[in-house]
Amino acid sequence: MSAPIVPDFGDEDTGRKIAFICSKGNLDMAYPALILANAALGEGVECHLFFTFWGFDMIIKSRMHDLKFSPAGNTAMHLPIGGLRMPQALAPLPGVQPVATKMLKQQIADLGVPEVPEFLDQIVAAGGHLWACRMSADMNKVDETDLRDDVEGIINASEFIEMTDGAQVIFV
Amino acid sequence: MPVTTINGREVHVDDEGFLTEYDEWDEDLAKVLATTIGIELTEDHWKVIRFLREDFKTQGETATTRRVQTVGGVSTKEQFALFPKKPAKKMSYIAGLPKPHGCV
Repeated sequence: MSAPIVPDFGDEDTGRKIAFICSKGNLDMAYPALILANAALGEGVECHLFFTFWGFDMIIKSRMHDLKFSPAGNTAMHLPIGGLRMPQALAPLPGVQPVATKMLKQQIADLGVPEVPEFLDQIVAAGGHLWACRMSADMNKVDETDLRDDVEGIINASEFIEMTDGAQVIFV
Repeated sequence: MPVTTINGREVHVDDEGFLTEYDEWDEDLAKVLATTIGIELTEDHWKVIRFLREDFKTQGETATTRRVQTVGGVSTKEQFALFPKKPAKKMSYIAGLPKPHGCV
């Protein structure tokens, strides 16, 4: 009798490690790293998220619940009716950003995907590590008390490079 | 579809070894599947597995870890403790279901 077919869950430690640099604070640009980090953790891969520049809005307590999406400068934005391209001249008009933000949030929620702060809760619960960038903290004049409590530290560029030795680094 | 023998019983599986026939699974088989991948089932494991089985019946696809938390009521942390390293895949395997299809 042949051995049963059993999936290989690759439990032996491969040492694979991924780091995401989150540099954007627009709602749509917050998600790519979160979705991939969450998936990586679910595959047993060590995972670090480093927040820098505009990405700081994802971890600043007073801002993280209020990320926005704007169609300005985004030529791939289509109108919900007829799939027409949204004319760029309309994008900066008052009211467009709140409506676009609301629509995007709804589309994300419809897929059962959490909002950014809750998604980061889930990533930390799955073993992910959050880090903040020293220079961005100084520029924004914020310290640990302004950031999510689960941010493990404010680190400088050299420390990030040391920490990600052997990691796959993805810039978002 | 390959057929494999687990616990003296023939079951249909995909190329990786995940069961493909919902009705070929029962709780006795689950215990064997779990042992095969090094997991000893406790009541906490059963809570997840029974949720996955029920949810699949109504949804037609395997719940993601996110859904196991929000709908099944078992936190992400707990899922990683119960099914180490690759919770989504391990719990679907033991529940005799395909791997989850969704990203989150």
